[in-house]
Amino acid sequence: MTSERLPAQEGAVAAPAEDLFTLRRRPPAERLIDIGFRQLTLCLAAMVALVLLGIFVVVLQGAQEAMGAFGLRFLTTSAWDPVNGEYGAFIAIYGTLVTSLLSLLIAVPLGVGTAIFITEDLLHRSIREAIGLLVELLAAIPSVVLGLWAIFVLEPGIRPALRLLHQWLGWIPFFGTEPQGPGMAPAILILVVMILPIITAISRDALNQVPIELRQGAYGVGTTRWGAIVSVILPAAVSAITGGVMLALGRAMGETMAVTMIIGNALNFDLSLLAPGNTIASMLANQFGEADGIQVSALMYAALILMLLTFSVNVMAKWIVRRLSLRY
Amino acid sequence: MTPATPTTAVSLFDRRPLYFDRSLRRNRINRFCTALVALFAMIAVLPLFLVVFYVMLQGGRLIGFSMFTELPPPPGLEGGGIGNAVLGTIVVTLLASLIAIPIGVGGGVYLNEYSKRGLFAQFVSFGNDVLAGVPSIISGVFVYGVVVATRLFFNQSYSAMAGGIALSVLMLPTVIKTTDEGLKLVPQELRWGAYGVGASKFVTVMRVTLPAAFTPIATGVVLGVARAAGETAPLIFTALFSPFWPEGIFNPIATMSVLIFNFAIMPYEAQNELAWAASFVLLVMILAANLVSRWISRMASRT
Repeated sequence: MTSERLPAQEGAVAAPAEDLFTLRRRPPAERLIDIGFRQLTLCLAAMVALVLLGIFVVVLQGAQEAMGAFGLRFLTTSAWDPVNGEYGAFIAIYGTLVTSLLSLLIAVPLGVGTAIFITEDLLHRSIREAIGLLVELLAAIPSVVLGLWAIFVLEPGIRPALRLLHQWLGWIPFFGTEPQGPGMAPAILILVVMILPIITAISRDALNQVPIELRQGAYGVGTTRWGAIVSVILPAAVSAITGGVMLALGRAMGETMAVTMIIGNALNFDLSLLAPGNTIASMLANQFGEADGIQVSALMYAALILMLLTFSVNVMAKWIVRRLSLRY
Repeated sequence: MTPATPTTAVSLFDRRPLYFDRSLRRNRINRFCTALVALFAMIAVLPLFLVVFYVMLQGGRLIGFSMFTELPPPPGLEGGGIGNAVLGTIVVTLLASLIAIPIGVGGGVYLNEYSKRGLFAQFVSFGNDVLAGVPSIISGVFVYGVVVATRLFFNQSYSAMAGGIALSVLMLPTVIKTTDEGLKLVPQELRWGAYGVGASKFVTVMRVTLPAAFTPIATGVVLGVARAAGETAPLIFTALFSPFWPEGIFNPIATMSVLIFNFAIMPYEAQNELAWAASFVLLVMILAANLVSRWISRMASRT
């Protein structure tokens, strides 16, 4: 029926159309605006590349002097001596790696566990969504507010626990000093608070994307809920979760304010987690404003190291997501 | 002969009934794991409540009218307010938005509407992801090197403008990403319809595609702005701090986030209290922006 009617209708419309509408040429102004707008958006998009390149060039150029003066020795020595102009970033590099990796160690089980809890149908949906929203709001709290809270609430609150830790496990070098206020341990805990939302959000998305058929298949052969989670659902989501964990690692390395306020900004190396430490980012935040001469260059060098660290972690995250994806 | 199979089946069921048995090892493990992740989820939401509770408690009791109209006192003196910092945060965030939103929306439009996802577009979106991962303090270092150390604006070193630029570097990736994703959601038929009635590409983008994607873009942008308002690291050595009222955008300016950082580590009670009050104002602003933008996007998706 329709196929018969269609040609007739088209003919009916086409006949007057010739009288009503004329083909118009695009006026030059319209064409110019079109082309101009395209070029404009192209330039704006190129701004990203320009800014990225600019950051790299500025930091590299600033670091030139210190790179020439200290070379790779900068990575392994821990002198930070503005009087004699001798600089080494070992304390800060050690602090950056230790705080970010240990905070990851705590945050990954918590974050993935929370993500499992809010993707499984254990509770009513509205409650699970509320928990998800609360965790996302945690990510919105400014880092400096968390730092303030860490100074006045968290650190005094956990000091007795840390003291116990020192009494019981003081023979391990990592707990070898008496906790006295700011230190690496509270910095690690505040980092956990900051990266937990990232891990939870990405793991939740990854778990939600696992096809329902996989779960049904697992239940069909008689497994329990946790049998299905551990041996079917988590392996299917592992690539995206690992990618999220790497992103969180990058964030933890570059996190500045809260860590600066609570880590103690030590200038002497100490293996202990209960002693004050330093990170590259907090070193920059503390000294960059007042530095001059080769100290600026040394700080730029440290910034370059931090940039390369976060860059490689982020690129690795992308690579993992692409390579580790299970094909189901 | 024939009863062979039934007997084995019966014996199987004798040994292991098909009723749900709570005491089975696997069911015990199941319950344990469920309890464990429930505990994890509770631990995960605990910090939010603790932080918000303390900030409300410590900062809320200080909030009064004078908090917004007075300047912070010199060290050692009592009283005062954070009026200049509240104003400064608004100014710097506004400057950052004025820079980042046009660039970001334009870049997102290019990525989704014009590019054919070729090499350049791939490079831009990869660069965007990298830029999103650059630590915030590095963007401060960058702007210090480009704007502050070179005295780019009227021979001024530290300025509100420098702070705004540093924040805009942080906002840019978010804006581009949300614009790109938002435009992806616009049905292709809308564009075809616009071309069909003779609209040019420019008119299609400005009058059809962007308005259709307004809600997701606006939500993302509001979240990005809220995030930038709380950032401190890029401002410490670009916008610096000032104990006075803002004196134009080419002079150092006070912001709430830098005020919190500076005053939290001072050994004076009055300064610490102002830090809590600033945290309160900042937190209320940011949480409100978050909740409102989420609410709007939910309303829009429902209709």
